[in-house]
Amino acid sequence: MVLTRMGDGAFVEMTESEVRKEVEAGVEEAVKKAKCPPLTEDDIKRLIEIICEPRKFVSVERGNELVLTYDSQPLKFTRLGLPIAMPQILQTYERGLMADTLEMAYVHYSAKPVKMIFPEEQYVVAETLLTTTPALLYGVMPNMPMYTKPDGPCENASELLPKGLIKEAQEAQLEAADLLERDLLLLGEAMYEAGADGLDLDTTAAGGDAEFYACLRAIEKLKERYPNMSIEVGMAGEFVLGFHGSLEYKGERLAGMYPHDQCRMIAKAGGNIAGPAINTNTRKSFPWNLARAVTMCKYAAEVSPIPVHANVGMGVGGVPMQITPPIDCVSRASTAMAEIGKMDGL
Amino acid sequence: MAIVHSQASGMGGVRTAGDLVARMQLAKSMRLNDAKKYVADKLGVGLLDLTDEVVMREVREELDISTVYMGYGAASRGIEAKANIAKLLDIEINCVEKFKNKTGMKF
Repeated sequence: MVLTRMGDGAFVEMTESEVRKEVEAGVEEAVKKAKCPPLTEDDIKRLIEIICEPRKFVSVERGNELVLTYDSQPLKFTRLGLPIAMPQILQTYERGLMADTLEMAYVHYSAKPVKMIFPEEQYVVAETLLTTTPALLYGVMPNMPMYTKPDGPCENASELLPKGLIKEAQEAQLEAADLLERDLLLLGEAMYEAGADGLDLDTTAAGGDAEFYACLRAIEKLKERYPNMSIEVGMAGEFVLGFHGSLEYKGERLAGMYPHDQCRMIAKAGGNIAGPAINTNTRKSFPWNLARAVTMCKYAAEVSPIPVHANVGMGVGGVPMQITPPIDCVSRASTAMAEIGKMDGL
Repeated sequence: MAIVHSQASGMGGVRTAGDLVARMQLAKSMRLNDAKKYVADKLGVGLLDLTDEVVMREVREELDISTVYMGYGAASRGIEAKANIAKLLDIEINCVEKFKNKTGMKF
């Protein structure tokens, strides 16, 4: 019997043929939803081997390693209750945790509140850059809903839409998107002037297509102003929610885009790395979720003109939805994304 | 989670050549295999050497581009190492350019 898990992290036992059925169903679901090609039979066999490996920890074969980028390294230590200053946290990632890249971030991790503390954030970026070696990005979540009532000045589309006020909801989203775009430009300028290598926009489009639109426009403008700025864009989910529904960027409708199209749009705007996020279904098994995530990500990497770093963490990339993600699943997802998904990084 | 990924599939950061390959992805949007080849060629090592901490520590010390060892006789670190990395990889690193502008130094 194979000991694996459900999408909520609970252990479940399966036979190898049951694992195969779950994997095939996951691939089929990805093909149906994202309209992408299925994994090959060789890919499926390799994925089953990775999942059924009896050891707790699985890793790639030598030579198949990839690059790791991160979301909010300081926040991870803050969550552990470790009272360490941000520059020292990044030094720890560099020298103790084998990080390929560094990411400075404010604990709230949203673009809007960082605006109030630019000088303090610029200080920690500039200070850290003197003592660390890997590329350092400044990370934020665009988090467009923070610009809507009750947290911001714009009308709240999620209150207008149920009342049938479609036009008003669309206008409110465009107003919020404009404010977000302006803040991202201010943020990019501030951190680049402090010396950062660039920006990481994490959980992009959590607020829907208007948020994605604002981010793409901000990337385009930042790259015009700073051509050497590095920009990574991590997505919030596998599917861009169409809260607005009609927004287009460079002639393509954003609502409903799956990872392969998301990556193309990020590249069109001038982004350097795209990060698809495939959501975990907690009621389905780990083999089902991982097969589904790898299928979507593999196609995204095939069509993307820029490097693709899949999000593989709590509740995304096949990993169970747990604040303490099980190591057996994370190591298998990490290995499968590298060797089957052919990711450029995670 | 960071530890699991670094052990399962990561390149190894400054301990090996992970930071250098990452720089080429971020600076030039190079795909993984292209970035690995570019860095290996610039370092004069084979592709498999890029994730070998024994080979890479010697290479990094020789090229003076930082290792995780920070004690007596250590290679250049931080901004010093990044100035050398910019020349080695033939890229501009933002903070190195800022450092040059602020100090008036040219290198």
